[in-house]
Amino acid sequence: MNINLKIWRQKSNTNEGKLHDYRLENVDPNISFLEMLDILNNKLIKEQQDPVAFDHDCREGICGSCGFMINGRPHGPQKATTVCQLHMRSFNDEDDILLEPFRAKSFGVIKDLSVDRQSFDRIISSAGFVSVDTGEASEANKISIDKNNADEAFLSAACIGCGACVAACKNSSAMLFTSAKVSHLALLPQGQKEKTERVNKMVATMDAEGFGACTNTGACSAECPKEIGQTNIARLNREFVKAQVSNLFEKK
Amino acid sequence: MKDFKLNSKAPNGELHTKWEDYKKTLNKLSPEEANKYKVIIIGTGLAGASAAATLAEKGFNIHAFSYHESPRRAHSIAAQGGINAAKNYKKDGDSVMRLFYDTIKGGDFRSREDNVYRLAELSVNIIDQCVAQGVPFAREYGGLLDNRSFGGVQVSRTFYARGQTGQQLLLGAYSALSRQTNAKKVKFYSRHDMLDVVTIDGKAKGIITRNLLNGKIEAHSADVVILATGGYSNVYYLSTNAMASNVTANWRAHKKGALFANPSFTQIHPTCIPVKNDFQSKLTLMSESLRNDGRVWVPKKKNDTRKASNIPEEERDYYLERIYPAFGNLVPRDVASRRAKEVCDNGQGVGNTGVAVYLDFKKAIEEKGEEYIKEKYGNLFDMYQNITDENPYKTPMKIYPAVHYTMGGLWVDYNLMTTIPGLFSIGESNFSDHGANRLGASALMQGLADGYFVTPHTVMDYLAKEKPGLGHKAEEKEFVDAIKETEKDIEHIMSIKGDLVVDEVHRELGKVVWDKVGMARNKEGLENAINSIPKIKEKFWKNVSIPGSDKDMNQELEKALRLKDFIELAELMAYDALDRNESCGGHFREEYQTKENEAERNDSDFKYVAAWGYNKNGKPELFKEDLKYNNVKLKTRSYK
Repeated sequence: MNINLKIWRQKSNTNEGKLHDYRLENVDPNISFLEMLDILNNKLIKEQQDPVAFDHDCREGICGSCGFMINGRPHGPQKATTVCQLHMRSFNDEDDILLEPFRAKSFGVIKDLSVDRQSFDRIISSAGFVSVDTGEASEANKISIDKNNADEAFLSAACIGCGACVAACKNSSAMLFTSAKVSHLALLPQGQKEKTERVNKMVATMDAEGFGACTNTGACSAECPKEIGQTNIARLNREFVKAQVSNLFEKK
Repeated sequence: MKDFKLNSKAPNGELHTKWEDYKKTLNKLSPEEANKYKVIIIGTGLAGASAAATLAEKGFNIHAFSYHESPRRAHSIAAQGGINAAKNYKKDGDSVMRLFYDTIKGGDFRSREDNVYRLAELSVNIIDQCVAQGVPFAREYGGLLDNRSFGGVQVSRTFYARGQTGQQLLLGAYSALSRQTNAKKVKFYSRHDMLDVVTIDGKAKGIITRNLLNGKIEAHSADVVILATGGYSNVYYLSTNAMASNVTANWRAHKKGALFANPSFTQIHPTCIPVKNDFQSKLTLMSESLRNDGRVWVPKKKNDTRKASNIPEEERDYYLERIYPAFGNLVPRDVASRRAKEVCDNGQGVGNTGVAVYLDFKKAIEEKGEEYIKEKYGNLFDMYQNITDENPYKTPMKIYPAVHYTMGGLWVDYNLMTTIPGLFSIGESNFSDHGANRLGASALMQGLADGYFVTPHTVMDYLAKEKPGLGHKAEEKEFVDAIKETEKDIEHIMSIKGDLVVDEVHRELGKVVWDKVGMARNKEGLENAINSIPKIKEKFWKNVSIPGSDKDMNQELEKALRLKDFIELAELMAYDALDRNESCGGHFREEYQTKENEAERNDSDFKYVAAWGYNKNGKPELFKEDLKYNNVKLKTRSYK
């Protein structure tokens, strides 16, 4: 198959970027999308041009490194799939394919399709953990957890932190990402002790990082490669309201 | 180095109490005292993140480096199947002793007894710690933790979180690390590649890094340096490792005097999605846990082109079940891999290329239902379908072995310190626990044992004997010289401006290593590799082409800096494999096999760890650590 690529090229955060056209011919539909970019880059290097920068590492859909917009959608057209797991068979011969970086105030462009998502790390480090030092833990099976809760917690914890939710949201909200961590720990007995403090701090950090407000459009969940559910956001909101109420009582 | 003798420094005494007794003798520092020391940790996967978090909790100031954007991107995240622990929750007779024995035997009696016993002992603490952090392990309906079986063992001791155990454990360690970042005890350096280790008066006192965003070469000093930099499977070009996984940090340490142990002990994982074409950039593993319910087979007839569904039962060869009735599909990885190669070499392979075997779930789906299979392996089945465009619920998976893990690594003593004082190596980056073959679900176990429970004690002991913050500054001669060296290398690579893309050279190297130092090795092939690798090295330094500037993000330069070290490592791997005139675990020398084509070990001549010293002017120098077995009897491994 032949494809016509339009790719956002930007040398650095301080340079202006613009779209460039590239044509690739005889692309094997069974290669992955990133392998297609490898081929383009090899060609560019041979022609003494700068290859396209993009983040990627495991190429198994789990590390969360990859991610950019393909024809306006984070990670491209296939549901529940990261870019690295997308294959060229999802496209047609002579398709126009537009590649742009995730756009959000809190994700600066580093180069071309690569963006800085360290704001996510700062949200986690504000309170996305259980405060237990190494060696302090008691015997694991002393904590019994209802299987349904454990499974539910796992589904929230499966977030890969790729940032697609932010890119999909018209307000660049990080609500799905933040709520997945809040939910994961709120669903487990281990997370109960710090849950008020956790939700307060994580929401405050999310706001301070410049992420927008959540208006519950559900675009984040719809584009999430790991199908992290909207229910997480409802759960965060519940936890947040409870935390506000308990703050009020504490102040009195 | 002539009179140098390797000393494992393993304490004397009873195997069962050795670690606990030893710990009592180690020097301690109070949090106030610890606060005077600076610790550098390279790599923030399971081993690095858990060590960073724990040492920070003890009061040390941690500077953690990663070439990733975030610690959560480390390749530990991709581990699928599980983590072993001798909890004996299933009451199937498991014990620390049994996990110890399985691991020693699985490693084909080429690992150190004391280290392996400690690993088995600590396995139970790991599960406790992870559960306390909120790691959502799979549970039974009663609310207690669930277990499953893995290859090479006959008990159920593997804890798991669907097919994403590595992800959940790493996120646990990452959360502990994040807590310490928040407490300002850990400073995380994102997108920094370590390019050299700096020694002062023979001790590791810092590192040289390249900031991947602006190309800046920087020196960082510390009182101790810990390498948690993973394995080197990408020397083969195609492997299941993430694209950026590399040997550079370890190789630089090696060139500064750290011995490299058993470099040719690499693990070829039996169940990976086969190579499909020349553009293939990496291989994808299908967890070993699938062999709990999947049956491996090939057609009995050679060059049989019928579809799997058209081949009747009686014309199928379930070769693992046939050859190994006791362990069947759950034989260890090295055995399963070699047998797959054997049937494919014999013309019984399947698929377009004939280089694949079937992994069939039909029977399990019939007996246990599709829902059960989906619950257990859903994400793996989805991944398989996505990559191959075939539905494994309907047709058997096609699989073939691929390089997955490296048992070899920097030589370390019982304290996990390399032969450079003050330089520690933990997790996959050291050689210590898996001998010549690693059992499934034990890499996660080792990473976390080293990081949470071993290094915090041994590093503290080392530091307690060192004066803190001696004021080694990055302006000192050793650092300035090391920066110059690194800059010179980069300048050289940038100036080549040849006509080969880095990946082209890497692919060529990978082919030599896979063909000659892969699943089966022989003298002629290894000599051949030792001959041809220097030519690839020459090609690299003459013809490689790096576009752009080294002063901003340059992913081709990053690859080139890694490849130059892989090339040198490849040569050492061939020397090591050639020296070892026996077959053991993943190291299969065709000249040394039994009549049944099993590995033929030679304990009288090769019961040693081969630790290699770097030699600028030629052949590497071999140092041997003789392995002593006081608690297990050396036996020929049998899984029949």
